[in-house]
Amino acid sequence: MAASAKRRRGWRKRLGALARFTGALVIVGGLYSAFSPSLYAQESEANAIDSEAVKGQELYDTSCISCHGDNGEGVEGRGPSLIGVGSAAVEFQVNTGRMPMAAQGAQAPSTDYPVFTEEEAEWLGAYIEYLGGGAGTPEDLDAMVDEADVAAGGDLYRVNCSSCHGYAGGGGALSSGAHAPSLEGVSNEEIYQAMLTGPQNMPVFADNELTPEQKAELIAYVQYLVNEDRDPGGVFTLGRFGPATEGLAIFLVGMTALLLTTLWIAGKS
Amino acid sequence: MKRRKGTSESLLTKAGGELDDRFKLALPSRILFNKVFPDHWSFLLGEIALFSFILLLLSGTFLALFFEPSMVEVTYNGVYVPLQGIEMSQAYHSALDLSFEVRGGLFMRQMHHWSTLLFMASILVHMLRIFFTGAFRAPRETNWMIGIVLFWLGFFEGFFGYSLPDDGLSGTGLRIMEGMTESIPFIGPWASAALFGGQFPGTSVISMLYIIHVFVFPLLLLALITVHVGLVFVQKHTQWPGPGRTEHNVVGFRMFPNYVMKQVGFMLFIWGVLGAMAGLFQINPIWLFGPYEVSVVSSASQPDFYVMYLDGLIRLFPAWELRIPPYFTLPPVFWPGIVGMGLSVMLPLLYPALERRFTKDRGHHNLLQRPRDNAGRTSLGVMVVVFWIIGVISGGNDVFAEKFDISLNAMTWAGRIGLVVLPIIAYYVTYRICLGLQQHDREVLAHGLETGILMRDPNGRFYEVHQPLAEPDEHGHTELEYNGWVVPKKMNRIGALPPADKGFFKSIEEPSEDGRAERRDEIESGRH
Repeated sequence: MAASAKRRRGWRKRLGALARFTGALVIVGGLYSAFSPSLYAQESEANAIDSEAVKGQELYDTSCISCHGDNGEGVEGRGPSLIGVGSAAVEFQVNTGRMPMAAQGAQAPSTDYPVFTEEEAEWLGAYIEYLGGGAGTPEDLDAMVDEADVAAGGDLYRVNCSSCHGYAGGGGALSSGAHAPSLEGVSNEEIYQAMLTGPQNMPVFADNELTPEQKAELIAYVQYLVNEDRDPGGVFTLGRFGPATEGLAIFLVGMTALLLTTLWIAGKS
Repeated sequence: MKRRKGTSESLLTKAGGELDDRFKLALPSRILFNKVFPDHWSFLLGEIALFSFILLLLSGTFLALFFEPSMVEVTYNGVYVPLQGIEMSQAYHSALDLSFEVRGGLFMRQMHHWSTLLFMASILVHMLRIFFTGAFRAPRETNWMIGIVLFWLGFFEGFFGYSLPDDGLSGTGLRIMEGMTESIPFIGPWASAALFGGQFPGTSVISMLYIIHVFVFPLLLLALITVHVGLVFVQKHTQWPGPGRTEHNVVGFRMFPNYVMKQVGFMLFIWGVLGAMAGLFQINPIWLFGPYEVSVVSSASQPDFYVMYLDGLIRLFPAWELRIPPYFTLPPVFWPGIVGMGLSVMLPLLYPALERRFTKDRGHHNLLQRPRDNAGRTSLGVMVVVFWIIGVISGGNDVFAEKFDISLNAMTWAGRIGLVVLPIIAYYVTYRICLGLQQHDREVLAHGLETGILMRDPNGRFYEVHQPLAEPDEHGHTELEYNGWVVPKKMNRIGALPPADKGFFKSIEEPSEDGRAERRDEIESGRH
């Protein structure tokens, strides 16, 4: 009995010491954060509440840190700094399966199987946003796209996009193994995020270059191009590559059929 | 009114007689109907070009009814939603209306374009046949040269044609032509200014190209094609060597009815293929390209395939700019563009004369050569073909790079190295193959056919039984002369086995009594 009381007293003593120690830490920490850069203050706040950013940080620390470094500072020769890229960039890269990248290469290819769910991508986005702000995606994008002028978007597309993605949105080659991907099956959000953040080799089309309304027009045109344009010219579009595949077709289909015909006709003697 | 008596035959005879009385047709048509043409599948390749040219004239006339060759700026108000309200030239507007609002317009446009591609492709294949069989040799050098000129007329006619709609892709093509024209030393800028009426793109080039495209060049093509075919008629078609065929006769079918029937059937088949392609395969979707603006250049901007090798050469040529300050600059595009094109015109044009000079062969040739029998020429031809194919692939190297996930830089360097190395390798390999084939022909003539029957003699040696082609001498050899034609290489070619049934889809021969088709003792010629 006495022993247990003694033990309880020992516990209480230790708890008290811990409480005093914690109190001292809080005071010191509070003082420190009061005078230190605001970043750390936010971090402690963020840690205090179980926010999306924290969940994002956990994912970041297990899946992204080896290339993008501590706190998104980047690693020389492996991955760029992510400070200031914003949640739009993160969501684009993660939701299209480009990040995490399987291997270093000319460019991260999009894959059909993203590693993270869209929710997790939002957490990651929140963490990166919290590290240094940056651009996000407008909430009412789909409504904006529905109302947008397709023809105006076509004009913008030809001037700004076709030099890499091609006149029909099929994609195109860039130097040293990089490429502009096909726009087939790409969502409104992804196009918007890509324009806003300039992933891989793509230039950034910030809001002072293309306003959100112009971006919506552009998206409307791209969606028309890849989804609604019914290719009135025939059953086979030849991949809309233009003369390259047309030349192939005239030899593989036209000339081949007619060479067989010459064999047939000349054989009938 | 009294009914006429007589059968339809006597009516025809009467009608023919009446016509002959007035126009003196009997003698010339008798000569024409009895003219003999040799029969071989490879002699039909030029006809593909001829008949697609006729279809080009017909479909082009339809297009000309609706196309307006004007560069006046208008606002699009047609049915294609993604271009509504966009500023464009009248030419592009009318090409869109032609595609979307004229009944059958898109089909006709696509048929016109596919016919162009087939026209150029069949000219190339036809030209290869003429080259590899030595059909261009005396007395037919002139016709070879006319053929080369026809190719280049078709080349520019096609280029002008796809420049007319004034869409994004055609304007880019014109821009490249402008660059090439300007690269010509001294006269370049003036020539370009004359072509475009001042600064590119100007306001006049479309209407100028239009009249060249629909009048001048078709007329030249038609005239030269007439001369080309007429010369074949006058000089008589070449034929393969074979039994009964000499330099001084023609073995084949009469013009009427056999040859005419074949030709009409073939023409309809060609038009059928082109109609099917026009309906099934989308070509040159100008509505996707948008109106031409100088600032817009789409990725994967390629010319049509017959221009593509030049584009490829331009892409591969290093950026070697020659500068003599302060006035003179020779841009790198001059070398592949102008010099390359010039050589591509001149070398084929002069080839018959060059070959005559180097081989000192001044005889007349009405019999063709098998490609293997002139290894040097055949290897040279394959060398050019390989060079051309690398050029074409390099012309589309960005599409290749993207779709096959290859670095564009790697494509460029592979093209550069390939262009120098691969033709030489192709020459050597072809030469060896030709010699090998020649040797095998001689071997069969001297020792007989390989029967595939292996024998073992008492001391254990294995050997293959050979079937001599004639009565052998005491050493088992036959002294047969090679006559420039197919040497039988299989036993069933000399009647050892029943020949395969004739007929394309089903047999057209009745099987004989014992279930085997009639045996053939003669070596077949004219087919292989």
